Amino acid sequence: MAISTLDGQKIWQRRDRDVQLKIWAMWLVGTAIFMWCWQQISEATTWAFFWDAPRIAADIGGRAMPPRWSYMDKLWSPLWDTLNIATLGTVMALMMAVPVAFMAARNTTPSALFVRPIALLIIVSSRSINSLIWALLLVKILGPGVFAGLIAISIRSIGFCAKLLYEAIEEIDESQVEAITATGASRWQVMAYGIVPQIMPAFAGIAVFRWDINLRESTVLGLVGAGGIGLQLQGSLNTLAWPQVSLILLVILLAVVVSEWVSAKVRGAII
Amino acid sequence: MSAALDARLGQPWKKPPLISSPALRWTLLVGSVIYLILAMNSIDVNWSRVYRGLDRGWQFVVAFANPDFTSRAAEIKDGMIESAVMALTSTVVGIAISIPIGLGAARNISILPVYLVCRSIVAVSRALNEIVVAILLVAIFGFGPLAGFLTLSFATIGFLSKLLAEEIEDMDKVQAEAVRATGASWLQRYVFGIHPQVVPRLIGLSIYRLDINFRESAVLGIVGAGGIGATLNTAFDRYEFDTAAAILLVIIAVVMVLEYLSGIIRARVQ
Repeated sequence: MAISTLDGQKIWQRRDRDVQLKIWAMWLVGTAIFMWCWQQISEATTWAFFWDAPRIAADIGGRAMPPRWSYMDKLWSPLWDTLNIATLGTVMALMMAVPVAFMAARNTTPSALFVRPIALLIIVSSRSINSLIWALLLVKILGPGVFAGLIAISIRSIGFCAKLLYEAIEEIDESQVEAITATGASRWQVMAYGIVPQIMPAFAGIAVFRWDINLRESTVLGLVGAGGIGLQLQGSLNTLAWPQVSLILLVILLAVVVSEWVSAKVRGAII
Repeated sequence: MSAALDARLGQPWKKPPLISSPALRWTLLVGSVIYLILAMNSIDVNWSRVYRGLDRGWQFVVAFANPDFTSRAAEIKDGMIESAVMALTSTVVGIAISIPIGLGAARNISILPVYLVCRSIVAVSRALNEIVVAILLVAIFGFGPLAGFLTLSFATIGFLSKLLAEEIEDMDKVQAEAVRATGASWLQRYVFGIHPQVVPRLIGLSIYRLDINFRESAVLGIVGAGGIGATLNTAFDRYEFDTAAAILLVIIAVVMVLEYLSGIIRARVQ
């Protein structure tokens, strides 16, 4: 217990002096680093623009405010594309993620020494690069369009789905697998009757969860030319058509809310 | 012997279906097949363009094997520093703002009006995509890291406040009540009763968010909000795949180091 003495009276303290000094030093260093970082940002900023920002924001808001509802006619087709990118991308990602997950899980991997590290490497590299960067790259390789966005989304999702799936595989109840093995089942039969039924709820949950994330991400893929509603957003921004921008942002927000609602409903039904 | 068992005897076993209601099962199956056909048809792939692109794809794979760190070393260094600066400052500011909001959004310690306001702030921040926010903020504040910093802070607020509020709602009430029974003020109750319970999780989440913010700062540059993303975008536009590969490798390395460090720190504080 840390107690200090003041005028001969004992006073309770939460920490003793050494710990307090250490914490104080940590705060000092932390504040110094933060101030240095802030200075970097400050140097790269034109502060005149910053002080002008409320006026500009009001100006843009004023231009954007009645959204151009008639533009909605042109948005249905990109919206359908966005939905397709998210859905087909998730389906493709799941198809590729399942074998990777089985190879990465400790209890199902064919070889812990060779295959597992490769599977883990696939998971890490797919997870650490954002889908927008994948799209940037794939637009250069495959040409602009929905296809590049679809591939970008699916590559990005493999790591996420495989990681969650292999964690689910590692947590299965081994006694069911043993029971199936005891009947003389082959390796594939053990998988189909012993493992798959156990991970099915997790699989469905992961699929819907990732679909929700993918729909959010596919709304902005168009900014780099990979199809979907982002393409319209980019076009409207470039022509400074603010009423269209506000309509598109509204549609994106609505799509995100709907997808979150759907995914919450489906996950609630599964679990 | 029961009648049900009699009926089952001699019948081959069949695996029970995942969805037990046949009507729902068939509707879902047919519906998804129709959707897949419609969706596949609406995507037109220009196969000749893809074929021509394969060559470029191969170039990129080759570039990954021998990335070029040197010819644009200065730009890469500046971009990485800017990204790191943006990630750090936005995490710090985000934490500072999300603690009061997280307290307000915890149902068990705040009053209803405050709860509703804080929850709606969280909902707005979580619903808006970072890139969309960045586009708007770049339009308002001009190009540069300030827009990126504001975007990431905004996104951090939604993330941290929500998780912090959930943590406070799950905490052990007894400790907070014990502190309250000593006649502590509201602030003392927070500092001695609630804060010690949630601080390990708060530190873990902050480190995790720093990691996310760094990854996101790599993308914000594409829309002009500063950071390494701008350098990456330029490299792709000039078809300098070796430089782009170098930048991607640096990002992956930093992300992996951060993930490793955050694992260690989280294991230590929890």
